[in-house]
Amino acid sequence: MPLVRIPTPLRPHSGGLDKVEVAGSTVQELFDQLGAAYPALRERLFDGAELRRFVNVYVNDEDIRYLDDLATPVAPTDEVSIIPAVAGG
Amino acid sequence: MVSSDRSQQSLVPNLPIPISGGIDRDKQANPRDSSRGLSSRSPVQIVRPLVAQPDEIARLLAIWLMKGDEQVAAERVVGLACRLCGKRYPKEALNFCTDDFGPLEVVYDYDEVAKTFSRETVAGRARSMWRYLELLPLDGEPTVGRHVGRTPLVRADRLARALGVSELYIKNDAVNHPTLSFKDRVVGAALSKAVEFGFQTVGCASTGNLANSVAANAAAAGLEAYVLIPDGLEQGKVLGAMIHGARVVAVEGNYDQVNRLCSQIAFRFGWGFVNVNLRPFYAEGSKTVGFEIAEDLGWRAPDHVVVPMAGGSLIGKIHKAFKELELLGMLNGPVLTKMHGAQATGCNPISATVKNGASKVRPVKNPSTIAKSLAIGDPADGYFASKLIRETGGWSDDVDDESIIDAMKLLAETEGIWTETAGGVTLAVTQRLIEQGRIDRDESIVVCITGNGLKTQEPLLERLARPVVIKPSLEEFEALVEKFTPALATV
Repeated sequence: MPLVRIPTPLRPHSGGLDKVEVAGSTVQELFDQLGAAYPALRERLFDGAELRRFVNVYVNDEDIRYLDDLATPVAPTDEVSIIPAVAGG
Repeated sequence: MVSSDRSQQSLVPNLPIPISGGIDRDKQANPRDSSRGLSSRSPVQIVRPLVAQPDEIARLLAIWLMKGDEQVAAERVVGLACRLCGKRYPKEALNFCTDDFGPLEVVYDYDEVAKTFSRETVAGRARSMWRYLELLPLDGEPTVGRHVGRTPLVRADRLARALGVSELYIKNDAVNHPTLSFKDRVVGAALSKAVEFGFQTVGCASTGNLANSVAANAAAAGLEAYVLIPDGLEQGKVLGAMIHGARVVAVEGNYDQVNRLCSQIAFRFGWGFVNVNLRPFYAEGSKTVGFEIAEDLGWRAPDHVVVPMAGGSLIGKIHKAFKELELLGMLNGPVLTKMHGAQATGCNPISATVKNGASKVRPVKNPSTIAKSLAIGDPADGYFASKLIRETGGWSDDVDDESIIDAMKLLAETEGIWTETAGGVTLAVTQRLIEQGRIDRDESIVVCITGNGLKTQEPLLERLARPVVIKPSLEEFEALVEKFTPALATV
């Protein structure tokens, strides 16, 4: 199953886990599953149906904004990373 | 002395006043605990979310008024607050809100600031950026970068004539100390804060100038430094980091990939990354550009400021500086400054957002420009920069590589200032905005030059003519003068 990596500040909302295996074939499906298991995590990542403005999501090393956003396909061997966007410059 | 009631009534009569929040100091983590990462953060109290205000001063006041009870009244630097929801955090190494990922910003108690901060006290202080200490995010005296700042504001009359404008200034951070860019300001603030927090190892993600500044200032402070840069930067910027003994790591990828890696490293190792977990404190250092401009103009804000944009933070902080001075009653007249942003066409996520009227910044995947210091395709502050530009009546544009070189030459030939490629971007965009009528020719204009040309020589090597070579012969020299300047040859 695809692996979702949880950044340190969000681990209190994922039972302390730094990575979670989640079933799904798109980023949206992964986050739906993840949100069902950890509702507080979903609340922090999403504003309604959309990812929050300062949340970046990567499938392996690729930013999903350069792919197909939440509809980006995910293979069973893929890793999904959640990275805060407020950095750099 | 500033009164919150008076300020509220006279400046922002309709400001919604949040529920008193404040930080329970008993629950604050020991700041030094932050040196081992982010897990030591204490619980925080949630206040009513701030409604986005169209005006910066309303936002500052709203945060200020949230400072809460007398427990924090004696502290000038109160803590951090999320720019989106207003949630409060203690002073710690954290750059984003754990509820909505919004950026955190330093909160000041402006009553406390006003007790010791005035035109008179500033005038009596040393000529460095620390003369504005009360509006910088330190709890004590600066320990790193004590000589940074107070760079010249050059009245640029020859350039003004070339551009057909009447009142033009160059804010020349190309001669900032010690590494010849405005980055020394943000690094002075961030590393002084890092020392307060007890960090021993610091780092950054950099397009070059920041690498130089972190390396130099960390060396002077005796801190271990890891500097991460995209592979392929200009040689002057790579050497300028390595000479100071920093661990310089070139990453195969662009800046945004370097930046992402640094976010992961900061969490993994618990180091103080100036533009990751120390970013709220780091960014405040940029305000000193605005303080210096205002002071040098006789405590007034100019009509226009043109600022280069990479991550998009600097433009907002300059404007915030003007607004803070206005809030404290230190300016002659209101702040009506139009803030303009400059980018290169090969990496223009913010200027494209402004020009297209979009609300979301679309990142640029593969930046391609000679202005490598501005080559950030996914700017962290792009949203706020584009919003500010619109709200102040400014504009943003982008220019190609040839225009950048032409502008670098124009600045050098008219004012004797050799800027890096980013400065070429800023001046070329200034020219365009004047031609477009977006900058009035009779109004005051400040162009922010943020880096030094010595560091970005590569693009000039192919474009500048080589020196003429002659034999040690008077005849050959006379022939040369006849060719170049015939009027002088008849002496």
